[in-house]
Amino acid sequence: MNYIGIDIGSTCAKLAVLNGDRELVLKFVQPTGWSSVDTAQAIRDKLEEHGISLEDSPCVATGYGRVAVPYADRTVTEITCHARGSVWIYGIQDGVVIDIGGQDTKAIRVENGMVKDFVMNDKCSAGTGRFLEVMANTMGLRPDEICELARSGKGVTISSMCTVFAESEVISLIGQGESRENIAHAVVDSIGTKVVSQGSRLHIGNETVYLTGGLCDCGYMQEVLSEKLHCPVKTDPDGRYAGAIGAALCACKLKK
Amino acid sequence: MADYVEMWKNLGMDLDKHDNLCAVLPEAFGDIYLSQDNRPEGMGFWDFVVSEIHGIRPSELIEAQKKGQKVFGTFCVYVPDEVVIAADGIVTGLCGGSQFWVPDGEAVLPKSTCPLIKASVGARLGKTCPFFRIADMYVGETTCDGKKKAWEILGQDVPMHIMDMPQMKRPKDVEKWTEEIREFAGVVEKFTGNTITPEKLQKAIHTINEKRKALARVYEARKADKLPISGKDALLVMQIAFFDDPVRCAQMADKLADELEQRIKDGVSVFPEGTKRILVTGTPMAIPNWKLHHIIETSGGAVVCEETCTGTRYFENTVDETKDNLDDQYRAIAERYMGINCACFTPNHGRVDDILRLAKEYKVDGVIDVNLKFCCLYDTEGYTVEKALKEAGIPVLGIETDYTDADAQQLKTRIEAFIEMLN
Repeated sequence: MNYIGIDIGSTCAKLAVLNGDRELVLKFVQPTGWSSVDTAQAIRDKLEEHGISLEDSPCVATGYGRVAVPYADRTVTEITCHARGSVWIYGIQDGVVIDIGGQDTKAIRVENGMVKDFVMNDKCSAGTGRFLEVMANTMGLRPDEICELARSGKGVTISSMCTVFAESEVISLIGQGESRENIAHAVVDSIGTKVVSQGSRLHIGNETVYLTGGLCDCGYMQEVLSEKLHCPVKTDPDGRYAGAIGAALCACKLKK
Repeated sequence: MADYVEMWKNLGMDLDKHDNLCAVLPEAFGDIYLSQDNRPEGMGFWDFVVSEIHGIRPSELIEAQKKGQKVFGTFCVYVPDEVVIAADGIVTGLCGGSQFWVPDGEAVLPKSTCPLIKASVGARLGKTCPFFRIADMYVGETTCDGKKKAWEILGQDVPMHIMDMPQMKRPKDVEKWTEEIREFAGVVEKFTGNTITPEKLQKAIHTINEKRKALARVYEARKADKLPISGKDALLVMQIAFFDDPVRCAQMADKLADELEQRIKDGVSVFPEGTKRILVTGTPMAIPNWKLHHIIETSGGAVVCEETCTGTRYFENTVDETKDNLDDQYRAIAERYMGINCACFTPNHGRVDDILRLAKEYKVDGVIDVNLKFCCLYDTEGYTVEKALKEAGIPVLGIETDYTDADAQQLKTRIEAFIEMLN
């Protein structure tokens, strides 16, 4: 028996399949694109290519586009799924999970493997992957490039939290001839500051923070967060699949 | 809806603009209200009132004015209806619960004003609310900075009386509020030409107390394990209570309560078993603001109580009916109103006590504390409320929102996640 978890985020759609022993047997990621419905169909086709049938495999959808997966047996929010997924990935029962997603950032307190409390940003995109994407675009870079460049920059800050205003600031910095490294540093630093300020309501103390979501791939982000939170921050290569894995774990409770 | 165009024209309303509102309201009401299963039959009255919201009650008010009665428009649960009724006046609520009115308010107010104030001022200045055209006098109060300054702008367009609300609850503040009520009574007497006697005031106190008791009965039914009424329907009853004749409001609420009590005996519930019981606390939800209730009740939750001005703050506690002279009566009225725990007071321990008590009485699984964007008072007090609830082991979710649908998706995710957390 396989259990399918689909996480349709604002930028990327992630899929995870667990077997009866709750081992990860399949994962893939693809851009969400213009239509969550089309994406859901593309995922279905890929699953069938891998010989996984939706007829006998329970399926849970999560993420921003969770309602656009017509064949899902259930929808569960990304907050619950990221918590469950982190418990699986990191082998923890307690801790704080920070998910920096495409348009949402969530800080989740996990106790006994369950969500105890959480904070999530409003509709503002500050401190999210979208912020990084917009700034990368302005600078003619890819998001992963801006992350790597940031490591060797210093001395410049972006004060505006609003993506639109911050973009103007970046353009001004470019106009002033500021180095790309320094601007990249300012961009990543701004995201870190916003994420930490948002997480302050969870009173993160001397404990380990587990990072999930697309920005897990940005190693420098992990360092920035660790420094600003004064605590160790862990990432995992499967971090961006935390939501999908969590959804698959929710599917394990369903029968077909 | 019956044809009220002539009436609206005579009221000097902007008919074209108002048509836009009339065009969207029935659909919204259909989607949010009429789609609910197994509603109490008694809700038919409120459904009818909504279908004629800008027609039926306004035409009653206009008839009353023709007979010489004066209509007082009010904005806040601290303004004592009893005093107006005793002088044979009528109290009405005013428009202020839709994004529709916000742009006209933003034409004169800062954008960083709460949507309730922006919508109220916009409804008057945009000429799109019949109640705001009908009222002979408007009674404001000094419950927040936004309102205080908005009255100055509104006052350039309409006759206003402002009641100066104390900000603390010391004995001398109750004295002061008694004096404010006495002064208001003088204003009402002069404006209506009618004298307030102890007998008339006693009758008015009784009338409003009966209305409070009837609304309290509807709420009492929501304490049942099997919920006989949805939170959305209960909210609608409260929202319309601000506009209706108080005697009819009491009759209708009592009739509804009879039905709800019978449903409890019969074990009838409007929600499936396992639906999470939510207490909503915070800022008022003026009609047609059904946004939060709709999200909660389509995400696996049921709103079982509102600790808001369109909830318990409106009807809890009654005025002592045993006083027989105006001095004692004004004092008794002041004491009842000073018992309302609004975030405009400091300190405001009473409100936290109320919330903890209601959470217990209504057996809630969690609390959603909501404040309208830019309401500094409730937003700040949210910290104290959340802290007290967490200490009591009651899960709480804090939300700030306005009348737009821009954040509906994010709110749905947060509320669904909160309800998942309660499982």
